[in-house]
Amino acid sequence: MANPKPRVKVPKKASKGEVITIKTLISHPMESGQRKDKEGNLVPRQIINTFKCEFDGQLVFECDMDPAVSANPYMEFNAKVENSGTFKFTWVDDDGSVYESEKKITVE
Amino acid sequence: MTFTRRQVFGLTAGAAAFVAVAPRISFAATDDTEAAIKAFTGGAEPATGTVTLDTPEIAENGNTVPVGVSVESPMTADNYVESVLILAEGNPSPAVATFHFTAMSGAAEAKTRIRLAKTQNVIAVAKMNDGSTFIDRKEVKVTIGGCGG
Repeated sequence: MANPKPRVKVPKKASKGEVITIKTLISHPMESGQRKDKEGNLVPRQIINTFKCEFDGQLVFECDMDPAVSANPYMEFNAKVENSGTFKFTWVDDDGSVYESEKKITVE
Repeated sequence: MTFTRRQVFGLTAGAAAFVAVAPRISFAATDDTEAAIKAFTGGAEPATGTVTLDTPEIAENGNTVPVGVSVESPMTADNYVESVLILAEGNPSPAVATFHFTAMSGAAEAKTRIRLAKTQNVIAVAKMNDGSTFIDRKEVKVTIGGCGG
């Protein structure tokens, strides 16, 4: 399988105490385990089961996903920023792989 | 009123088919959904209001249905939304996703894209940090289902 590529959109700058919107997308087939291939065999389930967003080590948002989340899972959520720092995004695959991405934000 | 032989056959066959098929489709999934809600709330009956589910009325493609959820809450360290459970009662397995928020989230809002197998109710259950729970349901009409294929 092609290596899933995470894409994250975080504003570069924010004012202190502002609630910002973060958008994330990762390319992944999210194989539900319900689909059958041409020979009629069940395609085994392989999804991203957890997504996590941390800001300087503190948890901001977490999501447990089930097979009903669409392919290339998209997540939009908010974060309140008080100081400059780094957002860390983590996706965990059913096969144990972990995909990561980081974004810096400057608070003025 | 008299029935012809043909009408009698048609009616009995139709009724039998309905009785045999209908309950299995409509109730089995709902039971799973109720069980999932109970497990999430810890047996409590969630109140309506506070949580708002934002779904399209008609989804042309069941493979990617945009779903948003927002919960009214000040989102401070002592009063915030802990988690929101999204369920689709007509899917082969009703669980869709669970969002976990923290006071750092600022606003208890999230959007994602989900799969829906057919026209059905989508449910959002929100749990606050004090343990109170709220529910919202929206029907989504699905033109092309998003499972299998």
